[in-house]
Amino acid sequence: MINLKNISKSYDDEATFAVDSIDLEIKSGELLALVGESGCGKTTTLKMINRLIEPSAGSIEIDGENILALDPVTLRRRIGYVFQEIGLFPHMTVAENISITPRLLGWSAERMHSRVTELLQMVELNPDGLRNRFPRELSGGQQQRIGVARALAVAPSVMLMDEPFGALDPLTRSGLQKELTRLHKLMSMTIILVTHDMSEALTLADRIAVMEKGKIVRLDTPANILQNPGHPYAQRLLETPVNQMNALTKLLQQSESADSQ
Amino acid sequence: MSERLAEQLALLPNYLSHHIALTLTALAIGIIICLPLAALVTRVKALQWPVMTIASILQTIPGIAMLALMVPLLGQIGALPALIALVLYSMLPMIRNTVTGILDIDSSLTEAARGSGMTSMQILRLVELPLAAPVIIAGIRTSAVWIVGTATLATPVGATSLGNYIFSGLQTQNYTAVIVGSASAAALAIILDQFIHLIEYAASQRKKTLAIGTSVGLLLLALLGMSPLYERYNSNTGAERIVIGAKTFTEQYVLSEMMSEILTDAGFEIEVRSGMGSTILFEALTNNEVDCYVDYSGTIWANYMQRKSVPKGDTVLVELTKWLMDQHQVLCLGALGFENTYALAIPREFAENNKIVSVSDLSSYSRNMKMGSDYEFFGRPEWVSLRDTYRLNFTDLVSMDHSLMYAAINEDAVNVIAAYSTDGSIAAFDLVTLTDPQQALPPYDATLLLSPRASSNQRLIEALNVIIGKITAEEMRSANKAVDLDNRSVSESAKQLRRAIFSQ
Ligand SMILES: Nc1ncnc2c1ncn2[C@@H]1O[C@H](COP(=O)(O)OP(=O)(O)OP(=O)(O)O)[C@@H](O)[C@H]1O
Ligand SMILES: [Mg+2]
Repeated sequence: MINLKNISKSYDDEATFAVDSIDLEIKSGELLALVGESGCGKTTTLKMINRLIEPSAGSIEIDGENILALDPVTLRRRIGYVFQEIGLFPHMTVAENISITPRLLGWSAERMHSRVTELLQMVELNPDGLRNRFPRELSGGQQQRIGVARALAVAPSVMLMDEPFGALDPLTRSGLQKELTRLHKLMSMTIILVTHDMSEALTLADRIAVMEKGKIVRLDTPANILQNPGHPYAQRLLETPVNQMNALTKLLQQSESADSQ
Repeated sequence: MSERLAEQLALLPNYLSHHIALTLTALAIGIIICLPLAALVTRVKALQWPVMTIASILQTIPGIAMLALMVPLLGQIGALPALIALVLYSMLPMIRNTVTGILDIDSSLTEAARGSGMTSMQILRLVELPLAAPVIIAGIRTSAVWIVGTATLATPVGATSLGNYIFSGLQTQNYTAVIVGSASAAALAIILDQFIHLIEYAASQRKKTLAIGTSVGLLLLALLGMSPLYERYNSNTGAERIVIGAKTFTEQYVLSEMMSEILTDAGFEIEVRSGMGSTILFEALTNNEVDCYVDYSGTIWANYMQRKSVPKGDTVLVELTKWLMDQHQVLCLGALGFENTYALAIPREFAENNKIVSVSDLSSYSRNMKMGSDYEFFGRPEWVSLRDTYRLNFTDLVSMDHSLMYAAINEDAVNVIAAYSTDGSIAAFDLVTLTDPQQALPPYDATLLLSPRASSNQRLIEALNVIIGKITAEEMRSANKAVDLDNRSVSESAKQLRRAIFSQ
């Protein structure tokens, strides 16, 4: 269980708040989607959970432990993090990138090797063809999948994912989304998933948190939010997938009636 | 191959091996100090300004001044002060490149490193250093080239280097030596630079065999280059090692070379440290870092004893012998027989046309004359004494290298020079020296000084006693002339002088 209590972050000596008094409880094994427009504080919230950013006020607990009292290095080795900028190390091969945290934890070479194979298959990449390539030799989507594999390397119980599927084509994306759901169920990971894609949030998440200007303005299950957005901003976010769906349905109906003529 | 070149190349193993040892040690120490320091600077922002500023200031100190300053600071001469000066001098490129190399790394990468659970040290080792490596190594290459070049300036502080070629070559007008020295230093710099470059390339391309091969190659080459040193210091011939010092002008090179030959024949193992500054040399003698050298009574009197008065007559030798022993336990073995005093010299034609014989005759002309001298003379008390005694009032006083004074008066850049009375060039450039009727200039008898340790070495004293009182001014002048004007090598001239004094 991750528990954010009255968390705030200001980058400018409390003149403005990037994250403004958030209270958020994420249950163990839950997949929470964090949505909201650019600059609303999603990345900031995520980074405070593994202490890449120190909060200005408030406290964070994971499984009842106050993380601000923990050694940040140990904490981060227990948490998987997928960066928005991906952040693969350009001087390391794919295999070395993926096994970075296992290496820090002192795994044996064989164990790391088989883990890399396993993870590359998991993110639908060919282990033999890719493991010795450097990041610059990969496409944007491949890099993003390596970023996900790296975060999964030590099978952490908490995963923080900052737009992990942004650069993927729709087919790979939905493949990986399915894979994520499977892993999530299988390993009972607690996942916080930042996304700009409302339909991704609706289909994957157990609950959705809608952020606006550093605050959580709506927090509920996808079904409830669909039925009752409850906040003008959530309403607007929903409009895109709903409009798309309506447009598609209409197109489908037209082509069907054209066929039957 | 010409004989001159062959003679110079014979010195190469000794000079080059010292140069390589000095350079590589300085570079290694520099890397060991600068890389961690720079890494610390990237962690502790408050250090950035002071460290960079100090490194920049050190950089602006002229290389030769930095080397010379180390001698009084450390109280000794030789490789150590040279080493420290070189390290300090070469820090800036390494520190600056390491700091900027690390700080310029994309912050999303260091953040990803932190997010993966790396400690600060692990980030440095696994991410920052490898990513900044090309920039860091570029800094090391710059430093390496600087160190190789600046190490040639280690000669005047008593560290043997390729600079020995350059300093002695300039003094004795032996341009073959200057060219051999400069070319060797340049070649060494290029080779070192390319080797480091190749190691970097191999590392960045992950060509392990190439990287290891190149490193081993560099190491072997360095060991090969330094091998004459092992032979030198490990050859246990049982012979006693004696270090002979020499200042920076022809006469000193010739005398030290002659003593070296005499002592080698007497069964000593000899090292000559030539091209050393006057005060540095005397200090080295009192510290037993140099065992013997020739100095001049007037210099001892004014510079070391700090007497303001200008001494007259023979009391000087007695007084300074006593002072040297009392103050420094330095033994003055005696005068060599000739004097090498400062003497004002002017073109013969001018002297004859105006009937100038003595310095007093010159004083009325001085208003329209420029005077040239070596770097020391105008700072000495005897110049003040000479000026005041004869009321000299030159329009300009120009200090220059002693070896260039004759060319300067020949080209009318100056009209009178403070020549050394044993200079072979006086006659060759058709100059006359003026008499000093008031004895304003002190005597400059060449005397042989022995370090405290050497003072008790009876065998050494015996071997050197044979030259005491044996060298006439005429003989010394002709030995100097052989080098300065007749293109003879120092060693030829030394042999000639030795034959001359033993045939008496
Ligand atoms: N290091 C920083 N220094 C100052 N301000 C920052 C810093 N990082 C973020 N901010 C500001 O804090 C606010 C929230 O930023 P954050 O990165 O959390 O947004 P986000 O929701 O992740 O946006 P996006 O969807 O574009 O990634 C923004 O206004 C941003 O400009
Ligand atoms: Mg963001």
